[in-house]
Amino acid sequence: MVRTRPHHTTPARTTPHRTASHRAAPAAVAAALVAALALTGCAGPDSASGAAPADPTPGGTLRFALGAPPQGVDPQQVGTNVSIYVARQLADSLTDQDPATGEIEPWLAESWDVSEDLTRFTFHLRDGVTFSDGSPLTADDVRASFDAVAGELGATAPLAASYLAGYEKTEVPDERTATVVFDAPNAQFLQATSTVSLAILSEQTAQADPAERLQGDVVGSGPFVLESYTQDQGAVITRREGYEWAPESSEHEGDAYLDRIEFSVVPESGVRAGGLASDQFDAVGDVLPQDVPQVEGSGGEVLTRANPGVPFVLQPNVTRPPLDDPEVRRALLVGIDRQELVDTVLSDAFRPATSVLASTTPGYADQSDQLAFDPDEAGKILDDAGWTTGPDGIRVKDGEPLEIEVTYTPVFTGSGAVLELAAQQLRAIGVDLLLRQLTAAEQTTAQESGDYDLYYYNVTRADADILRTQFSTAQRNLSLREPDDAVDPLLDEQLGEADPAARDALVADAQREILDQGLAVPLFELAQSIGVRGDVHGLAFDASSRLLFHDAWIEQD
Amino acid sequence: MVTYVLRRLAGAAAVLWAAFTVSFLILYLLPSDPVAIMLDQGAGGERVDPARAAELRERYGFDQGPVRQYVTLLGRTLTGDLGTSISSGAPVTGLIADAFPETAKLAGLALLLALAAGVGIATLAYWTRAAWLRDLLLALPPLGVAVPGFWVGLVLLHLFSFTWFLFPAVGNEGFASLVLPAVTLAIGLAAVIAQVLSQGLREAWRAPYVETAFAKGSSRARVLGAHVLRNGSLPTVAVLGVLVGNLLGGTVVVETVFSRQGFGRLVENAVTTQDIPVVQGLVVVAAAVFVLTSLLVDLAHPLLDPRVLRGGHGGSGTGGGAR
Repeated sequence: MVRTRPHHTTPARTTPHRTASHRAAPAAVAAALVAALALTGCAGPDSASGAAPADPTPGGTLRFALGAPPQGVDPQQVGTNVSIYVARQLADSLTDQDPATGEIEPWLAESWDVSEDLTRFTFHLRDGVTFSDGSPLTADDVRASFDAVAGELGATAPLAASYLAGYEKTEVPDERTATVVFDAPNAQFLQATSTVSLAILSEQTAQADPAERLQGDVVGSGPFVLESYTQDQGAVITRREGYEWAPESSEHEGDAYLDRIEFSVVPESGVRAGGLASDQFDAVGDVLPQDVPQVEGSGGEVLTRANPGVPFVLQPNVTRPPLDDPEVRRALLVGIDRQELVDTVLSDAFRPATSVLASTTPGYADQSDQLAFDPDEAGKILDDAGWTTGPDGIRVKDGEPLEIEVTYTPVFTGSGAVLELAAQQLRAIGVDLLLRQLTAAEQTTAQESGDYDLYYYNVTRADADILRTQFSTAQRNLSLREPDDAVDPLLDEQLGEADPAARDALVADAQREILDQGLAVPLFELAQSIGVRGDVHGLAFDASSRLLFHDAWIEQD
Repeated sequence: MVTYVLRRLAGAAAVLWAAFTVSFLILYLLPSDPVAIMLDQGAGGERVDPARAAELRERYGFDQGPVRQYVTLLGRTLTGDLGTSISSGAPVTGLIADAFPETAKLAGLALLLALAAGVGIATLAYWTRAAWLRDLLLALPPLGVAVPGFWVGLVLLHLFSFTWFLFPAVGNEGFASLVLPAVTLAIGLAAVIAQVLSQGLREAWRAPYVETAFAKGSSRARVLGAHVLRNGSLPTVAVLGVLVGNLLGGTVVVETVFSRQGFGRLVENAVTTQDIPVVQGLVVVAAAVFVLTSLLVDLAHPLLDPRVLRGGHGGSGTGGGAR
């Protein structure tokens, strides 16, 4: 065992130092998903909503319009962005991930030790933390929270359950110490403890009925408590008094500034923007490119941050023609002009994808050389592979036209336009990209039956292990490929690699290898786009690009 | 009269049963699986453990055969238990009980506005002697039917909420929040009422009794009010039952545009997530509303036109509801 104890007493927003550099190697996992991020530019202003004119003033109600209904308010069971906007405020996690550095920092746990083989994670809990029902946080709550996810709750908490895959038990040697034990090395777990999915709830909540939890029966230690939740309509949360355990990445210690946040569900984007401009909302989610002028014209501002994880990609089904031909997949990689996608149909908020990981993901490695737009090269690859241009401009081989169908859902509103433009670009190299728009329900069915050529999707996760859960043949494997000795070993090894630099190297190799084999055609990075009025400040994104309201405040007249 | 009512009630029960059965068949035959959809949403793109999905399917009884599922569901529904939502776990009866009053308010006000506007336009058109005014008024209904409610809602919002803040853009609080959605919903409905009523009035004007009435020295207003309107409104009353059904459908769009809680929003979300218990519950309730209004219309019909009860041929020419 090697102990890492970050200094926690200084109020300054410094990165926690780690003692004992001579025994750094394994424990540094705790520290370190870090340095490469300097390259990515994600260390920019993540949270700045305008230049704050004065000191924050406490009080007031923030009216927030969500673009879609939350699934519920249980932090452990929800997975969509809008659900997390609400649920994140109600509960805290063992650790916090600094959005600027990607580093894992203390939150409910003031320090932790990780065993050399990455199977035992011991958390030392902070003193004086209480849940909103007044009961103190103890190691039993940690055990109960994780046991629930690994048990019955896991059926309806798929995201949390996937983070706890391989969970054996949580040992509680004393009230302040919890040791989480896995049956195999688990390098992703530490970052997972910072997510809302593994937030710590009271032992009583852990024993509650999953459906009732989703409807509001949750007790957490967060800066806000739930006042009401109405399915499909919204939720109201209110400030909790005596909140003394904000993470270091937070701008201030102590209670949240806002008295109340009223979340309402407003499905029409134009109504959200109009409501913001006419002072019926203080902040709105999912601002579409066409609504940006209205938001800015009324003195407001659009805050953006790219989601970490897998950017929007086209993932080929390699079991059926024409995408069983690796040359066709390679041609797609260089046949798409990503910059044009962003410039033409998206907005400044979005960035072209430069790898199979988004640039805000710890472990991201720039692969733009593999993705540089080069239609001549794409044409040459296809020529060499025997695809000759037919009379209508679409290439043909053995009498079969080069038709590829992409299966997508319009969950992200810009998707249809992006894919139409991509289809135009690909047509120029003789590829006929057909768009097949499905509902979420139909796409789930297509996914289960493997009935697609290209599958269009993205996944948010601020840890590079997302590559394994998406691309490993033992995991989601939308490519339906067979196990191999190039990609799979890299994905498995990174999960057992304790040294952060070595893990980043494995992850970088995996990104390159996935693209080499054309197992994903990255398009663009999803970004959260939040409109706020001019008098709203301090609204922040966490490392997963979900909103935090602890520092948010409204200028009081 | 008693047999008439009993016959209507038996017909209503049959319609309810048919709606339940047909919706079950459609939902059962759909290739997708509500459990997988729900899990996919919660997983945020991560892989879902198939064993977990199987566990949930068992919990909701989806692992059983269609006949067994149907019998269980029907039995439960007959006892008033509509089950729980798959996506949220909330009891379906509670969801509908919360949503229904909101939609009833909205639809009720929309119906009142539509009746006032529709009847107003049609009677004014046949009361006035100015041909240009009649032409203008009679041009309104086709226009009202043609403009999509979605667009009307957004225009109203833009003018009366974003530009001049007279009414809130979203929500269910207070009468003010009801006005714009009710007007949006009423426009299409008023157009249909005006159209059908003016057609009825046109035919009634040509009837011999109108000439007789004028010959007896009645004023134009009296002829219209006492004779023409009563006879000419029979087709309108007959279609009202259908219109109320359309009104429920219209709330899907209007409640989404105005972000209102209600039946329509519940329908939209339940259908997109294929939340079978919720969809079935909504179908049953919607069918019940439809059946009930048709029943009321049928019962009201004899009051306007006593010939209906005397059997034989109805005098109205269009026939009411479900004869």
